Amino acid sequence: MVAPAETHAAYDSKIEGNVVFTKLDSAVNWMRKNSLWPMPMGLACCAIEMMASACSRYDLSRFGMEVMRFSPRQADVMIVAGTVTYKMALAVKRVWDQMPEPKWCIAMGACASSGGMYRSYAVLQGIDHLIPVDIYISGCPPRPEALLEGLMRLQRKIEGEHSVMDQKKELMNELS
Amino acid sequence: MNAAQMVTALKEKFGEAVLSTTEFRGEQTLQVTLASAKPMLKYCRDELNFDYMVDISSLDHMGQEPRFEMVYEIYGYGHLQHLRIKAQIPDDEEVPTVSDIWPTADWHEREIWDMMGIKFAGHPDLRRILMWEGYPYFPLRKDFPLAGKPSDMPEVGFTNIAPMADGPFVTSAGAADTVAREPRAKRAE
Repeated sequence: MVAPAETHAAYDSKIEGNVVFTKLDSAVNWMRKNSLWPMPMGLACCAIEMMASACSRYDLSRFGMEVMRFSPRQADVMIVAGTVTYKMALAVKRVWDQMPEPKWCIAMGACASSGGMYRSYAVLQGIDHLIPVDIYISGCPPRPEALLEGLMRLQRKIEGEHSVMDQKKELMNELS
Repeated sequence: MNAAQMVTALKEKFGEAVLSTTEFRGEQTLQVTLASAKPMLKYCRDELNFDYMVDISSLDHMGQEPRFEMVYEIYGYGHLQHLRIKAQIPDDEEVPTVSDIWPTADWHEREIWDMMGIKFAGHPDLRRILMWEGYPYFPLRKDFPLAGKPSDMPEVGFTNIAPMADGPFVTSAGAADTVAREPRAKRAE
């Protein structure tokens, strides 16, 4: 929504310089992207690299995503780290379904992205067969830098979302 | 008593039931009849002090009669000797469980049932252990394709065919030499 040109914020000289005008989307996205709470779906060796990313040397918390939640109900982004076997697949889906919107998914490593080297009867050939994936990270396993890069790309993606329009459709329809 | 002497003792004790014995680089293997396998394993545990069931596995000789074969690896912590006992499974026969001799055999036999489809008579809890109950195939059989077959059990589990795409570990079972049999990236037949 664009504010009509003649509208002014009530002017108070005491707060001059303390008010920032921005779009609601930008504000919402800015808050979301800087406090991503990951759901660590550690299934194989990628999970070791994911743990390393959260530890002091690589330190995810520099970018505001250190709050790993082991309850899907408190998480924003699911990091699928490892080989998704068919036996595990529906459990991953179930955890994903329990995460509240808005939510994002990162397929970390070759296995989660495509089945990797496991072309076999036992392994789901990419978690995108079951849940929508936002970021794919290559590597087997990816180094912590790659996971950080993936999470930062996700932040960039979140910046560009039309969050209010997309997620509050009914409210927007009522207003317009 | 070392493993070679134990093999001699077993031959004396079980006679005809021991079909052949092999020694390869110090490893002793007995080929026995399936009917005598369990009494012999019990004798090995009780009298020859093989207190550790290292592994139970099975072989699929597709195209041969009989098709399946059991392999038992046993070890004794008292005498540090290792013994392998193999028994071919006549068609339509169940293998007597050894989980009452070594409790660890319980899960080994469940895995063999799951992967190879060999049934164990007298097993206390013969369920699949890796795949889910209701999965319709036995994936380690030679006639099961590496890429898998589609199956679906709503709310429980599903599988699909994996795109091999000349994929990284294509094997050629039954090829002439070990180099050709070796898993590698090549066109799947």
